[in-house]
Amino acid sequence: MQADWIWGLIGGLLIGTGGAVYLLGNGRIMGASGIIGGLVDGSGRATALERLIFLAGVVLAPIGILAFTGPAQSHLTGNPVILIAAGLLVGVGTRLANGCTSGHGVCGISRLSLRGIVATVFYIAAGGLTVVLFRHILGII
Amino acid sequence: MRNFLAFIAGGLFGAGLLVSGMTDTAKVQGWLDVFGDWDPTLAFVMGGAIVPMAVAWRLTSGRIPLVGGAFPPPPDQKLGRNLVIGSVLFGMGWGLVGLCPGPVVASLGFGNWGHYLFLAAMIVGMILAPGLRSQLDRSARAA
Repeated sequence: MQADWIWGLIGGLLIGTGGAVYLLGNGRIMGASGIIGGLVDGSGRATALERLIFLAGVVLAPIGILAFTGPAQSHLTGNPVILIAAGLLVGVGTRLANGCTSGHGVCGISRLSLRGIVATVFYIAAGGLTVVLFRHILGII
Repeated sequence: MRNFLAFIAGGLFGAGLLVSGMTDTAKVQGWLDVFGDWDPTLAFVMGGAIVPMAVAWRLTSGRIPLVGGAFPPPPDQKLGRNLVIGSVLFGMGWGLVGLCPGPVVASLGFGNWGHYLFLAAMIVGMILAPGLRSQLDRSARAA
């Protein structure tokens, strides 16, 4: 547990390097919800292959690492109602706001985008209140 | 070249999400849970990710992308209601299970059905979003 923040920092640097490759190489902003959303609603049809290949990298790299390290801990809830509700909220919300943790958070804040900073403040505040409400007050999660 | 770089970028992103612990929903919820046993990891992940990205943004000035074309235009500074409402809805879902769009994709190889259920619901939400957006825009104009 002591080394968690070091792994967080190393992982963060990898994430940021990925974003830098996508930006400097392909001229694109590495936002997960935008990359997926463009495939879902057809707005990214012209760049569909690039998007799919990016997502294939996101799926395959962890599989490659886990082949050496053994299974990962996800601690994901097994409650299907909560999974569906949360998935719907994340899908609707990120498209309405045009970004998520990677697009607004990492790529937005790093260029001092006001929209990215405001979005990040609101989703962190909403996430924090949700955990407090559903964990400490309602005791559901 | 474009597809190769997309694969490398995606691979770095996925590896980073796993290594940093962001595919572990307990760490994400632990960071959001300021009244519980607070887990600072996510702040290091964000900080670590922003540094190379900030350098990359600086390098874009006066250049073009490696594969050609153009870099994204300067950020839109217009805030607006949809940005706030969308971010609040996203934050609620993020807090409920501790997953956001990147980490759920990075977790698809874990063999846990829950990730597929969440991803399916997320895709449905993305399909519903334009309808909600026009609904909100209509009500904003009427107000």
